[in-house]
Amino acid sequence: MADKIEIRNLNLFYDKFHALKSVNMVVRDKNIIALIGPSGCGKSTLLRSINRMNDLIDGVRINGEVLLDGRDIYNSGLDIYKLRKRVGMVFQRPNSFAKSIFENVAFGLRVARLANKKKISEIVETSLRTAGLWDDLKDKLGTSALELPLYHQQRLCIARLLAVEPEVILMDEPCSTLDPIATMKIEEMMIELKKKFNIIIVTHNMQQAARVSDQCGYMLLGDMVEFNKTSEIFTNPRDKRTQDYITGRFG
Amino acid sequence: MINPRFTQVIAVLLLALATLFTLAILVFIIGFILSKGLAHVDIDFILSNPEDMGRAGGIYPTIIGTLILSTLSILIAAPFGIGTAVFLTEYTRESRVTRIIRFGADCLAGIPSIIFGLFGFIFFVTTLGMSWSILSGSLTLAFMILPTIIRTSEEAIKSVPYAYRDVSFSLGATLWQTVRKVVLPNALPGILTGIMLSLGRSIGETAVVIFTAGSSLRTPQSLFDSIRTMSVHFYILAREGLSNEKAYATATVLIISILAINLISYWLMIRFISKRSG
Repeated sequence: MADKIEIRNLNLFYDKFHALKSVNMVVRDKNIIALIGPSGCGKSTLLRSINRMNDLIDGVRINGEVLLDGRDIYNSGLDIYKLRKRVGMVFQRPNSFAKSIFENVAFGLRVARLANKKKISEIVETSLRTAGLWDDLKDKLGTSALELPLYHQQRLCIARLLAVEPEVILMDEPCSTLDPIATMKIEEMMIELKKKFNIIIVTHNMQQAARVSDQCGYMLLGDMVEFNKTSEIFTNPRDKRTQDYITGRFG
Repeated sequence: MINPRFTQVIAVLLLALATLFTLAILVFIIGFILSKGLAHVDIDFILSNPEDMGRAGGIYPTIIGTLILSTLSILIAAPFGIGTAVFLTEYTRESRVTRIIRFGADCLAGIPSIIFGLFGFIFFVTTLGMSWSILSGSLTLAFMILPTIIRTSEEAIKSVPYAYRDVSFSLGATLWQTVRKVVLPNALPGILTGIMLSLGRSIGETAVVIFTAGSSLRTPQSLFDSIRTMSVHFYILAREGLSNEKAYATATVLIISILAINLISYWLMIRFISKRSG
């Protein structure tokens, strides 16, 4: 299997604060990667480096390489808007727009200036189906997304993302506002999505990382302490710090 | 030590009293005008031309004048104001320059309207030779309300959750697409509130209008004609002692139309919000 993403010696500074320290990571195609670690360890920052969302923050400096299909996303003249369509993101809070369900899912298509109404309807339907929402919502596509319960909204946000057909999906603690049952549904969906997409998930929930991921990275204070198969990390950690964290002695 | 329960009761009483007092004054003013004027207002008063300098007849031309002047000033000021607000909030980073611009807008908002009137008179009426006209008047009024529109729009735009922008960018939208499709629609109720405030101000304005749009009682035929607004008409009727009845009747129409504008915009906003979220 090919390498989808390769991160080489990535350093990131917020002004003087060194947030990522020479991080290396290889993501193989069609995998779920989990990033774990205590708050402020840089896992979300790492995630947001992969679709260049950090560019929006003042005073950020980045060096090193992030290769997507072998091309450096920072230095090869890759269009940032195209990059963000290829590498989509699910945020911590379900942040549906104050628009109808249909328009929420169609947002990325409107932004991409797709005008064919039939095509848009098709894509909206497929995306909602993949997100497991179609049967529940097909009769109320015109109602506001804000009226949906949170767990539906988070899946709607995933559907909104699927509509632009990303190759990689970054998830930043997508279940932190959801209850265990809704979390389970999202996890089932991730396993399903893995067949077509690459997923990188940041999570505070170690059980979640153990349940869904194929590979797992433990980060601490900007360092990638250990990156390995999930089964290895959780049963046979090589680094003492990883062991401390997963056994609950720290973090 | 005073018993906290006692101070609590005192505080509630004082606050309630303040509220009651404010309401009472408001009701008194409106009631006073209506009681003096309502009896003299009928369809004829609204639809006929004034006679004998306003001592008799109606106020039709001043209604038209008010309508055109205030609408035009909003149409001129809104694009500039909203544009400036978007630029300041979305396209620039917080810096000395943006702070100076913001400070400037705040100062501009505090300038007495008669200064704007004088500026409009010197610049538009005399220097540019536009004479007393709808155009001079609405341009000057636009200058006067611009700071309000900028500041209220800015606040409205800032109140749009940052997460919305994040999502929009993460789906590959450009900044402009984000502004147009996400930020502005969500900020619209706040922006409209600012516009309504400004509309009220330009309808009620007299100093600027007398200086720049004149006080002609004829129904205007073009943008270069002088006009008289209801406020100016009321001022002249009362100031020159032409007719108290007609003055109060004009004030009544003025107050009712401002109330109507507020109610309609309130209703529109509720409808707009419930349409998007319901």
